[in-house]
Amino acid sequence: MKINAAHGGGGKLMNRLIHDIFEKHFANETLSAMEDAAVLNLPAGKIAFTTDSFVVTPLFFPSGDIGKLAVCGTVNDLLMRGAIPKYLTAGFILEDGLDTETLEQVAASMKQAADEAGVQIVAGDTKVIDGKGGLYINTAGIGLVETSLNVSVHRAEAGDVVLLSGFLGNHHASIQSGRLGIENKIQSDCAPLNDMVLGLLKAGVEVHTLRDITRGGLASVLNEIAEGSGVCIGLDGGLILADAEVQGFCDILGLDPLYMGNEGKLVAMVPERDAQKALSVLHNARYGENAQRIGKVSACEKPIVTIRTRAGGTRRIDTLQGEGLPRIC
Amino acid sequence: MKSIEQCIQTIKAYSGPSIRLMEVCGTHTHSIFEHGIHDLLSPQISLISGPGCPVCVTPANYIDRAAEMALREGWTLCTFGDMMRVPGEQGSLLEAKARGGDVRIQYSPMDVLGWAEAEPNRTFVIAAVGFETTLPVYALLMEHLLDHGLKNVRLLTSLKAILPALHWICESDPAIDGFLGPGHVSAILGSAAYEPLCKKHHIPLAVAGFSFEQIVLAIHDLLMQVQADTCEAHNLYTNVISQEGNLRALQLVDKYFVHQTSNWRGLGEIEASGYVLKPEFECFDAGSQFVVNETPERNGCLCGQVIIGRISPADCPNFGTICTPASPQGPCMVSMEGTCGIWYANQA
Repeated sequence: MKINAAHGGGGKLMNRLIHDIFEKHFANETLSAMEDAAVLNLPAGKIAFTTDSFVVTPLFFPSGDIGKLAVCGTVNDLLMRGAIPKYLTAGFILEDGLDTETLEQVAASMKQAADEAGVQIVAGDTKVIDGKGGLYINTAGIGLVETSLNVSVHRAEAGDVVLLSGFLGNHHASIQSGRLGIENKIQSDCAPLNDMVLGLLKAGVEVHTLRDITRGGLASVLNEIAEGSGVCIGLDGGLILADAEVQGFCDILGLDPLYMGNEGKLVAMVPERDAQKALSVLHNARYGENAQRIGKVSACEKPIVTIRTRAGGTRRIDTLQGEGLPRIC
Repeated sequence: MKSIEQCIQTIKAYSGPSIRLMEVCGTHTHSIFEHGIHDLLSPQISLISGPGCPVCVTPANYIDRAAEMALREGWTLCTFGDMMRVPGEQGSLLEAKARGGDVRIQYSPMDVLGWAEAEPNRTFVIAAVGFETTLPVYALLMEHLLDHGLKNVRLLTSLKAILPALHWICESDPAIDGFLGPGHVSAILGSAAYEPLCKKHHIPLAVAGFSFEQIVLAIHDLLMQVQADTCEAHNLYTNVISQEGNLRALQLVDKYFVHQTSNWRGLGEIEASGYVLKPEFECFDAGSQFVVNETPERNGCLCGQVIIGRISPADCPNFGTICTPASPQGPCMVSMEGTCGIWYANQA
């Protein structure tokens, strides 16, 4: 069946949509009560609270879809503050003409990702707008934060080691391949990073800063950290930052893995004394097998990010300017 | 043959008269910064960026015409991504898109074939910009347009030939002592195409690829040639570039395009330095002959001086002040191959 205006009209068709798709897949005590708002029992202490919207096309891509992305994106944002993700809300904006089967596939995928991330979807909303069968999702999330914990973009310190949880660019390259009709085996890295982050905290690593490397890529994220903490970040030379297939894709299109978006990668700043332990936690965690140490944080007057060059000097790595667009030659 | 280490030692230790070498191609400028090649050079050797960024040499007036076409009812402008943010006199293509213009980013000019077939009543204009590297792709597109009988595609051309521009630079001041020849363009033209230039202006040239090793070898080659007072066109990129070039591509270009005087942003008119569609294919042209180059650059932008190596980006009062990648005043700050943008991004 195709979505039409009546599915957003508040009547019978909308109730059926909610019941047959959202409640069927997301079912939990709070959601199924169908109240205007979810009332949650939270322990005393700090909570992390965030929101994100997802407008990706194509809706389905190798190793993921917009639903998985909508759950992982918000879950990862909570994790980056050291929070244990607990509850999500999901708002759906559907364009008329969307297949209900497509919507159901996306909902099923959200449920699967939510289960892996240990979160419940406790409230939701649906609207239908004119269009051509598109689908957009907003998720908001709540997580619990240990009272003494302060993982923040403002806490990187001189002497910290920079750890990267895996190779860069797979999500970006996978989506771009889908849009361009380029056939390859590149899979999105879209994933919830609970195992890694909670592993670091459990192992007693003094984590200063965590950031998931989404839009703008590692270069932009490191610049935000440098700026936020008033430090310089120096990357080692000769790093292998992308796997062979993504690197090949970048070479053809003139893209740089440092500026490519990911949906299941993080960068962590930890003190030198904890670096080895942290790296071994990442290596043993789900999605962290290619984690590596990539550089160091140092004190400086003007916060910038640099990388060692082949010639033994350094060059600056700036924030992404505009979009990462294909070039003329 | 000397090892890379020996070449590095030589170019570092050089203490003779100062030498100015120009890397013609923007991708070389990019690689030179990426690998930190400047750190390897004797203070007596300076590298100057040349005019080989297609976006940078396209007249501002061209952008305005393209934007105007994008805003026409039932028209679409198709472009490579790096043209989107280049400022014309009336704004950029990105701004035209925001005003409701239909601007589509193509990954290959061939993308338009599918679009034009799906929407036969819409007119698609291709922003056909580039050097000999991209030129054969437009020739191939023409081949497909004729094969498919597609009549709703037009080319707005600002296609450039690199050799006339190099002659022009050799004839202007200050003198250049050697050229690092462009890798991609030479794959089409062949290394022998540079021999008349080298002879006429008594200047050495070394065609190289984009790796650290290739660039070091080319600088070393040029230094040796300058010291020996030779003026040969050497090909160091032999696994990609032949002496005679890509004959099939050149034939295809000849089938559809003809040389004509062309306007270069910042340089002005250079005789026979452009390519336009032959008169028999005029119906595929979107009025390219109306692109002029009379307007002064906005806010005193000195891109024109930068792309011929007369000044370095830091000499421009706009550089890093009112002109940054976030608010580019001229094309050199926009493109990934633009000298100012590369300098700005890499300044430590």
